[in-house]
Amino acid sequence: MAEPAESAQPAEAVSAAKRSDHSPWNWLLLIPIVLPLITPIYNRDAPRLWGFPAFYWVQLLFIFVGVATTTLVYRMSRKRSGGSADE
Amino acid sequence: MSEHITEIIVFTILFLVVSGMGFVAARWRAPKDMLHLDEWGLGGRSFGGWITWFLIGGDLYTAYTFVAVPALMFGAGAAGFFAVPYTVIIYPMFFLILIRLWSVSHRHGFVTPADFVRTRFGSPTLALLVAITGIVATMPYIALQLVGIEAVLRTMGVTGDSLLARHAPIIIAFAILAAYTYQSGLRAPALIAFVKDTLIYVVILVAVLYLPAKLGGWGGIFDAAEKKFAATPAPGDGILLNANNQLQYITLALGSALALFLYPHSVTGVLASRNRNVIKRNMSALPAYSFLLGLLALLGFVAIASGIKPLPGGKPGSVDSNTIVPLLFDQQFPAWFAGIAFAAIGIGALVPAAIMSIAAANLFTRNIYKEYIRRDATPAQEAQASKIASLVVKIGAVVFIIFLDPQFSIDLQLIGGVIILQTAPSVALGLYTRWLHRGGLIAGWAAGMGLGLWMLYNIPNAATKRAHFGGSAFSLEKFGFDTPKTIYVGFVAVLVNLLVAVIVTFILRATKTPDGADGTTDDDYFADEGDPRLEKDRTSSEELASST
Repeated sequence: MAEPAESAQPAEAVSAAKRSDHSPWNWLLLIPIVLPLITPIYNRDAPRLWGFPAFYWVQLLFIFVGVATTTLVYRMSRKRSGGSADE
Repeated sequence: MSEHITEIIVFTILFLVVSGMGFVAARWRAPKDMLHLDEWGLGGRSFGGWITWFLIGGDLYTAYTFVAVPALMFGAGAAGFFAVPYTVIIYPMFFLILIRLWSVSHRHGFVTPADFVRTRFGSPTLALLVAITGIVATMPYIALQLVGIEAVLRTMGVTGDSLLARHAPIIIAFAILAAYTYQSGLRAPALIAFVKDTLIYVVILVAVLYLPAKLGGWGGIFDAAEKKFAATPAPGDGILLNANNQLQYITLALGSALALFLYPHSVTGVLASRNRNVIKRNMSALPAYSFLLGLLALLGFVAIASGIKPLPGGKPGSVDSNTIVPLLFDQQFPAWFAGIAFAAIGIGALVPAAIMSIAAANLFTRNIYKEYIRRDATPAQEAQASKIASLVVKIGAVVFIIFLDPQFSIDLQLIGGVIILQTAPSVALGLYTRWLHRGGLIAGWAAGMGLGLWMLYNIPNAATKRAHFGGSAFSLEKFGFDTPKTIYVGFVAVLVNLLVAVIVTFILRATKTPDGADGTTDDDYFADEGDPRLEKDRTSSEELASST
């Protein structure tokens, strides 16, 4: 069932048709999703960092990879209009 | 008890301050009319960046997590560290997927994930299944928050031995919680979360800096843990993963991440935020909690290094490993700081318990009460129904803890994670495509549910000598594979769920079985604050009727 709003307000429908959150930057978000799932890259003791086996510090490092990626994607895919007003 | 008197005083004072805040919260960012589900149940859908950060952080990282994850590390080692990859992968997923749920819910005034499913697939039955799954999965989760408080209370020695004396402090704490949640709705946990999270951050930062310094550095702590695991006969433990539990580790992390954003209480926290940018920015800020959780998990190893022996459990001969973190604080910190640490865990239980009970109550009101009991309910009646339902949910949780073995709640929470995952095809995939037929989704849900429960039932636990519900790691041998590898039950169940949904959809399409109407448009998934088409009266009955 079509929403009545679409046919009743054609001007709005036009602007709405362009709205999307697709962005090539979104692909970067796959990095922090996939990286922590590959156990062979971090399931080892050496090298230790401040006494932490690699297994632990590498996974804690992934948290920062996640933060960096979401921040980058947010900044790069943000709409030009209005998006920066609330900073 | 007298040796804990300082701890008890500090704990009680902080608890009372927070309870006072809970009642005052009704007047915080005061609404025009509290008797509306958008106000009581979603805090007016108006929370900005900071409040959202504290609210969602306080919501997802529960007291039980803070107690149980270190306990798991203490018992099993590296396998317990899955909490870190789990909370890393969740935020990019939220960033992409949950943002669409926020938009479509904002546009249509949805309060629960089941509201979305109902309109998207035109199926009240599917919505009912999603709602019931959500309520059943949430109930034991609330009960587990009580386990978190109880671990603290037992360490302070304020629980007696008789049935009543053992549980009286918890009953009082929950009665206060129920009263201010009833009055203030989602505003109460949102305000309390500021105190809770600040306390937690202070306690954990002090713990991870002060304790290793006292015990001779992290290197020694990891070595002590390694030595302990090498001495035990169990094959699965150690400070690294072995060949057999790596698949379990990653499927558990991925499955738990998927489950977390399907849980009604996470959706409630997200829907309460003001606009899309608030959510997106929070996905970069919330991992601060993941870092905290990772450090906290390592306290399990610190407990090993400092020779903590967990308190005895409810049954003779068993141990309650959930007491290791409270015991560690009790033995290593000065009394006043241990009191603050205990208050952090205790208050930490109240925030998620309040949000979960609100989320479960909203599901009841929107998808059972309004759908089947009182179709013409006004917004005020909806809000009233939700308030009462939130009380019932909390009483239910207390009854769980008093009359059933806490182990039963832990089992149910394990089951909860598996069953909530079965709503993924309707809720998460539904945000992208409605290709799946409503009949297919219902069949898939049933298949995933049945398989998941069967698998859980068939998992023994050698350590606790239980034949059933011994964990979530299913041995692939039972499927006939010649391997000792294990996999997370929820992951297998949801794959089967999806497969069945696809097959049944093909069959229903081939037989031209009528499908439900989609009440949403593609554009709804990008709607933001100030959308010109936003219906002012969000919960009008016409809106629900138009989707049938």
